[in-house]
Amino acid sequence: MNRINICFEKLDSDGNKGLIAFVTAGDPSLDATPEIMHALVAGGADIIELGVPFSDPMADGEVIQRASERALSHGTSLNDVLDCVLKFRQKDLDTPVVLMGYCNPFQQMGLDPLASRCKEVGADGVLVVDLPPEEAAPFKSSFEPLGIAQIFLVAPNSPVERIRKICEYASGFVYFVAVKGVTGDKQFDGHEIRENIERTKSIAGIPVGLGFGIRDPRAAGDAAAISDGVVVGSAIVEIIEKGKTVSEISENVTHFVQELRIGINGSV
Amino acid sequence: MKNDKVNTVGNDEQYEVPLPNENGYFGDYGGRFVAETLMQPLLDLEAAYKKYMSDDEFLTELDNDLTHYVGRPSPLYFAKRWSQEIGGANIFLKREDLNHTGAHKVNNTVGQALLAKRMGKPRVIAETGAGQHGVATATIAARLGLECCVYMGEDDIKRQSTNVFRMKLLGAEVIPVTSGSRTLKDALNEALRDWVTNVDTTFYIIGTVAGPHPYPVIVRDFQSIIGRETRSQCLEQIGSLPNALVACVGGGSNAIGLFHPFINDTDVAMVGVEAGGEGVASGRHSAPLSAGVPGVLHGNRTYLMQDECGQIESTHSISAGLDYPGVGPEHSWLKDIGRAQYETVNDNEALQAFDRLTTLEGIIPALETSHALAYAEKLATVMGQGKIIVVNLSGRGDKDIQTIATLNSITL
Repeated sequence: MNRINICFEKLDSDGNKGLIAFVTAGDPSLDATPEIMHALVAGGADIIELGVPFSDPMADGEVIQRASERALSHGTSLNDVLDCVLKFRQKDLDTPVVLMGYCNPFQQMGLDPLASRCKEVGADGVLVVDLPPEEAAPFKSSFEPLGIAQIFLVAPNSPVERIRKICEYASGFVYFVAVKGVTGDKQFDGHEIRENIERTKSIAGIPVGLGFGIRDPRAAGDAAAISDGVVVGSAIVEIIEKGKTVSEISENVTHFVQELRIGINGSV
Repeated sequence: MKNDKVNTVGNDEQYEVPLPNENGYFGDYGGRFVAETLMQPLLDLEAAYKKYMSDDEFLTELDNDLTHYVGRPSPLYFAKRWSQEIGGANIFLKREDLNHTGAHKVNNTVGQALLAKRMGKPRVIAETGAGQHGVATATIAARLGLECCVYMGEDDIKRQSTNVFRMKLLGAEVIPVTSGSRTLKDALNEALRDWVTNVDTTFYIIGTVAGPHPYPVIVRDFQSIIGRETRSQCLEQIGSLPNALVACVGGGSNAIGLFHPFINDTDVAMVGVEAGGEGVASGRHSAPLSAGVPGVLHGNRTYLMQDECGQIESTHSISAGLDYPGVGPEHSWLKDIGRAQYETVNDNEALQAFDRLTTLEGIIPALETSHALAYAEKLATVMGQGKIIVVNLSGRGDKDIQTIATLNSITL
C-alpha cells in the first residue's frame, strides 16, 4: 500500500489531520534538502511535498519563484531531486514524499522512466501543477501500474462536474486550492470556500488537503477544521531563505512546523 | 475587395478549418496545460467565443471597428524598386504597418476586447515584448473604457521605451517584470499569475497564437483577416495567387494570420522566419522551430528552446517581439506535416534588410518584420523573375529607431 494512504488512515484512526510541508529541492543546496526534510518530519510534518524547480513556475508567487531560481542556479535537475528522496529514505522509510512541479521537466525525463525512478527511490506521488485531468492520461498510464499516486488540484471555481472529473483521476489525496491566485499570495478565507470543499469531500472518496494562503498556526488550524490535511509552503520556504546555515534552517523549520502542528491539533 | 464587406472570422466559406480538435490540439501540439483555477475560465472563454462568433451583432461591430477604427483593409503594395534591386521575384508587401497603432496586433485586440466587454469583464491585462501588443491593448482599452494593465520585461522596457510611453499616455499601467530573463516569456508568466489572481474581473488578452486553448484559435481567427484580404487582393491585383508567403515568427500571430487562409492552396509556399540572433550555431537565438524540441510551456505543447532537463533556455534576438523560446502550436504542426517551412535570419541580415526597404521604398519596417524581409530577398533570388512573393509587413519601425541609433553610436 502507498505510504500516502497509510499515513491518512493512521491520521484518521488517531482523529487527527495531516500536515503537508512543502520545500523546493536544491534550496539552498542539494546536500541540505534531505536534512531539511528530516527537520520537517521532526517538527511534525506528516507528508513532504518536494518541489521540483522549474524555470517558469507560473502558479507560484515570488517566494517559491526565488527558491526555484536558487535551486536552478546550481543546476538542480529532476534526477537530483529524485536522488534527494533516495537519501531521505536512508533514514526515513515511512513519511510519504510527493514530487510537486511543472509538466515540462517531468515529460522531458519521459514518464515511464520517471515512474520507475519514483518507485526505486521511494517517491510516493506526483503533483503536476499545470496538468488538468484533460491532459493527464499519459501520466496515469505510466504511474498507476506502479502504484505512484497522482495528486490533482481542485480550485475554488471548479464546478461540480469538474470536481467529479478530477476525483476520477486522483489518487492519494485531492489538493483543494484555497484561494484564486498564486502560492504565498492571498490569505485564505474559510467561509468563501466552505461549500466547495464540502462538495469536494463528498465526491472525492479520498482525503482532501487544503493549500495556498496558509502561513501561520492559526490559519493552519482553520484549514484543518474543514479538511483532512493542510499544506504549508511559502512560509516554510521563507524560513529557508532567511537562514544562514543548514543547521540554523533545520532548527527554525522544525520549530515552525511544531507551531503549525499545535495549531492543527487545537482545531480537532 | 474594396467594395466587399470586410470579411470577419466565422463567416468565411473559402476554406475549411478542421483543427484544432475539441481539446485544442493541432496534431500533437496545443492543449490546455494550466493550473485548475484557470480551467473553468478557459472553458467559459471558449463557450463565449463560439457564441459570439456566430452572433451577427458582434460580427457587425467587429467589422465596423476593423474598417473605421483600424483602417482595414490594409493595402497590398508592390515593392517595385526593392524587387528590381534584388533582381528576382516580384515582392508584394501586405501593409499591416498602416493599421492604427502601427502593427498587425490591433486586429486581435479589437476582437478580444469586444469579447471582454460582452463577457462583462471591466479589466484587461496583456503581456508584451516589443510593446506593439501592449500598445494595441492599451489603445482599445482606452476606447472601450476598460482598465488596462500590461506586463513587460524590464529589458524590453529599456529597448522599447517609446512604446512604454505610448501605453502610459493611453492610460495603461505598465508593470516591469524582473523575474527570469526579463523578456516576453517572463511577461507572459506574470500575466498568467495576474489572471489566476483576478480571474473574476479580468480578461487576459493574449497577443500571440500561443497560450492554452482556445487562445491559439482565437488569435488565429482574428488575425486571419490578413490572409483573407491578401488572397482576394492577389486575385484582384495580380490575377493569381502568390507563389510564396513570407512572415516573421516569434509566437507566430502575424504569420498564422497570413498563412491560414492559404492552407488548402497547396501551390502557395509558406515560409516562417525565426530570429537567428547571432546565428543558430552560436546558441544565442530565438528559433525553437529550427533548433528546439517539443515540450510544454505557457499552457500548450509546442516546440521550445530548452535544455535536456526541460528548463526553458534564454533567448536572444535584436527584436524584442521575436525574443521568445516557444511558438504557437499550429506552427509546430505545420512544420511537422511539412505544409510550412521555417527558416532563420540573423540580427545582421535583418538590419541590412531594414536599411534596404527604408531607403528603396520609403517604408521603415519593424525589426521583427525585417527578418521576414531579409528572407524574402534570398527567396526572391532563388525563385527568379515572374514569381510572386507576399511578405507580411507586420509592423512599422518607429519603435526601433532608438535601437538602430544606438547600434550606429548616434545619440538622438
